[in-house]
Amino acid sequence: MMSRILNTEVVVPVIERLVKKACCELNDNVMEAFRSACEQEESVLGKETIQILIENGEYAKREQMACCHDTGAAVVIMEIGQNVAWEGKPLKEQVNEGVRQGYEKGNLRKSMVADPLERVNTNDNTPAILHTEIVEGDTVTITVMPKGGGSENMGAFKTLLPGQGIQGVKDFVLEVVKRVGGNPCPPYIIGIGVGGTMDKCAVMAKKALIRPIGKRNAKPLYAELEKEILDAVNNTGIGPLGMGGRITALDVHIDYYPCHITALPVAVNFQCNAARQATETI
Amino acid sequence: MELTLPLTKEQVKILKVGDVAYLTGYVYTCRDAAHKKIQEALERGEKSPVDWQDQLVYYAGPCPAKPGKVFGSNGPTTAARMDPFVEMMFQQGMIAMLGKGDRAEYVADLCKQYGGVSFLGIGGASAINADRVKSVEIVAYGELGTESIKKLYFDRYRVIVGIDTEGNVLQQQEVPKYKR
Ligand code: SF4
Repeated sequence: MMSRILNTEVVVPVIERLVKKACCELNDNVMEAFRSACEQEESVLGKETIQILIENGEYAKREQMACCHDTGAAVVIMEIGQNVAWEGKPLKEQVNEGVRQGYEKGNLRKSMVADPLERVNTNDNTPAILHTEIVEGDTVTITVMPKGGGSENMGAFKTLLPGQGIQGVKDFVLEVVKRVGGNPCPPYIIGIGVGGTMDKCAVMAKKALIRPIGKRNAKPLYAELEKEILDAVNNTGIGPLGMGGRITALDVHIDYYPCHITALPVAVNFQCNAARQATETI
Repeated sequence: MELTLPLTKEQVKILKVGDVAYLTGYVYTCRDAAHKKIQEALERGEKSPVDWQDQLVYYAGPCPAKPGKVFGSNGPTTAARMDPFVEMMFQQGMIAMLGKGDRAEYVADLCKQYGGVSFLGIGGASAINADRVKSVEIVAYGELGTESIKKLYFDRYRVIVGIDTEGNVLQQQEVPKYKR
């Protein structure tokens, strides 16, 4: 198999475009989920809230403005075909260049501080939070997911005892949902990682958020658990923006991975109503 | 209902949780970093750079404006992060806050004690708020960028009363109604 040679500079305009697109345009899957949530919502205030989110999504797309002011940390997920050979400047630098240009040219908020304790803004929203994975083939798929603080900060991780099983996972997720209430800007999507190690589990929870709303895990055990947790979350009554209602979550996505005999790691990551993502393949 | 800013103690007294109001007038943005700077200034015996008497504090860090526009996407940030500063701001004369999400129990007590209210905006719906801001002026801590204190003129910005002057909390009243 011949290698496909790519200069790393090809990612710059792609990432710039994806940053702007993700921040300004909620995709049809999310907008559709809002519309059906609006129909189902019983609370008057909740219904009005979702109606405003729909109007806002349409307006942001039309005006090419950020749908939410917190345009987040730029999470960039790259699936790189193993037959791709790179040349040129370091890939990481080029990814950051794409992020820099996207946030600058798109008039998007810069929310990254260079050091978590010194807290000086980098003023260009770099660096990206970059995840790379080597996959089959000779293409490169890039997903940009701007992740706002309000929802990201409400995530949680816990290693359960293996014996706690399915009930333990459910209880932990519900405990987190009740604790954070309206803060992650519901209606949200919940990404859950089950298994792996601490790092693997957290990344699974994040990547689970890319899956379209309405799509279940292929394995029935997890598909069933997703439905059960979704019902339980919506039965908390938290509702749109936490002001009470029947729609708290638009969906729950679980991904799993084998794990050590002693462990049952569970990670929960929230994706707020500004459920932004955009993907392109090179 | 329509409300003109600055609000008076009498006006806020009649607001009840769940009321939807449209705000018109001047407000100030102030969030984490600016609150901390005010606190440090007061501790040094200096004055706050802004006179908060009867003012509304908007917890917000906006996007830059698009060329040709007055203001960019803006919306409320998580109010709970400012909970530890609420008493200090009430003592400075603040009358109302605008943020999103749940707040600590003691904030409701402080609203009752000082006769103030906490408004809720809709987190996520920030693009449509851009047109609700008719003027903007950076009044303090410009070096903080999006977190600087800005004086904005609101033209009918929609809010919901989240905590009223009796210390009632909207979420505590509404959520149980939809619980199954
Ligand atoms: S949690 Fe999401 S929707 Fe809410 S303010 Fe932050 S980025 Fe916007």
